[in-house]
Amino acid sequence: MTRIVIVGASLAGLNAAQALREAGYSGSITLVGDEPHAPYDRPPLSKQFLIPGTERESLALADTALLGLTEEYGRRAVHLDVRNRAVHLDSGRVLEFDQLVIATGVGARQWPEPVPRQGVHTLRTLDDAYGIKQDLNSGVRRVLVVGDGFIGSEATSTARSLGHEVTLAGKGRAPLNRAIGDDAAGFVSRLHREAGVTVLPGVRVTALHGSQRVTGATVNDDRLVPADVVLLALGDQPHTAWLADSGLKIDRGLVTDVHARTLDTNGEPLPHIVAAGDVTRFPHPHASGLVTLGHWSNAVEQARVAAATLLRPDAPPVYRPVASFWTTQYGVKFRAVGLPDQADRTEVHEFDLARRRLDVAYYRNDQLIGALTANRAARIVAYRSQLAEALSLLGIQPARMSIASVR
Amino acid sequence: MSVRITVDMNLCESHGQCVFVAPDVFWFDEDEILNHKPKVDSSEYDRVVAAAAACPVRAIQVSKIGEEVQ
Ligand SMILES: Cc1cc2nc3c(=O)[nH]c(=O)nc-3n(C[C@H](O)[C@H](O)[C@H](O)COP(=O)(O)OP(=O)(O)OC[C@H]3O[C@@H](n4cnc5c(N)ncnc54)[C@H](O)[C@@H]3O)c2cc1C
Ligand code: SF4
Repeated sequence: MTRIVIVGASLAGLNAAQALREAGYSGSITLVGDEPHAPYDRPPLSKQFLIPGTERESLALADTALLGLTEEYGRRAVHLDVRNRAVHLDSGRVLEFDQLVIATGVGARQWPEPVPRQGVHTLRTLDDAYGIKQDLNSGVRRVLVVGDGFIGSEATSTARSLGHEVTLAGKGRAPLNRAIGDDAAGFVSRLHREAGVTVLPGVRVTALHGSQRVTGATVNDDRLVPADVVLLALGDQPHTAWLADSGLKIDRGLVTDVHARTLDTNGEPLPHIVAAGDVTRFPHPHASGLVTLGHWSNAVEQARVAAATLLRPDAPPVYRPVASFWTTQYGVKFRAVGLPDQADRTEVHEFDLARRRLDVAYYRNDQLIGALTANRAARIVAYRSQLAEALSLLGIQPARMSIASVR
Repeated sequence: MSVRITVDMNLCESHGQCVFVAPDVFWFDEDEILNHKPKVDSSEYDRVVAAAAACPVRAIQVSKIGEEVQ
């Protein structure tokens, strides 16, 4: 019987397991994850989950009980032995496999020095979110969010909706500027300011203060921002440390080819070791070099391609996705397709703050490579079709969701 | 055989992921509300299952139903 091991028990790992079963794979599947929880959904952690009354059930993903898995939670993989096809766990156990799926995701980047024991948080896991939730729901506080990416910007919006005094400090010209460009970031910035958030763009937080409980932070070496709660949203670090001596190719993430296969250090694909989700970096025709798509849809779609590649090594499907992601701030849901962060030019078709409507198209070398909208659902669907067509004209169909439909 | 599709509109957040996968089955009306065919042919099963898997809030239920008596 074939033995498949999946390391990383979250969105990508779970979808790989589901896709294997849907395709009729009946061998063993062992799902290993270092968090003490069954897979759960992360996007709500910076949004509604922080609001009182929202419970753990709102994070449910598909039920693993129906998939016939061996589930090992609270166990970390510490070493991959490619030659002997074995994963070593922190318990000392060795899991042998015929095929392996790596879906270890990313972790929150930590502050480089020791931090005050209370009031300082990062946000990636359910346990992180519990800690923040407790701090945000015990009286009105001064909250400092450090980092102007998606998680920082969303958490700012949520904290503000809970009535806190919030300061958002980031390196960019405006929150989300690196991900979605100046125009759309300007829109988000206006939402923050309208809601009464103090936005500090173009700054570095250089020190945190407080011994027991945090009392504030220094910005740009000279300005003191008092705070009772500090959320460090400093970006991600791929969970690849356990693979450092495996011989797999790592380049700011685990490198995969267009079939979700990992590569050895000579760049040769390993057909029995695939990877999916936030941990991966792979080639995409609309980008220069490798891309990381740290978004929900990528974890689902790439995991399904990875599963198909394992089951059909001679005819692996191609993963050339029209990326898509969403972010919600102040009740406005922004939806994006393609690779807005790879653009060299944007066209703003609508910018209506009062009606919460936004429509921005992103170009690279005068080719449409992405779009972002708010309250324009039909527009984003049209952009998406346009991008899918452009990718299919490159000769290869963009990846579809289900194994059965990858033809 | 055909395939019944139901969408829990209390859950749907108009993400549009299902529309991306199967635009002939799911679409938005002018008010940004999701519409969908209640029933499709069983040949569409894989695509509809894929659309359901793509939904971030798991609002879509798909079930096979037997031969309808006309
Ligand atoms: C707060 C927050 C909000 C988000 N909001 C959105 C959003 O609005 N829209 C969107 O598109 N995306 C959003 N995302 C991103 C989305 O959640 C991720 O893209 C998705 O979780 C990626 O899934 P993954 O399985 O690849 O990785 P992860 O979810 O990171 O899971 C990897 C798992 O592997 C475990 N692991 C790591 N190393 C080991 C090891 N050595 N051994 C065993 N287990 C290990 C980790 O602990 C983790 O449980 C958000 C993410 C966060 C954190
Ligand atoms: S993917 Fe889900 S949430 Fe999005 S429109 Fe379809 S049913 Fe609604």
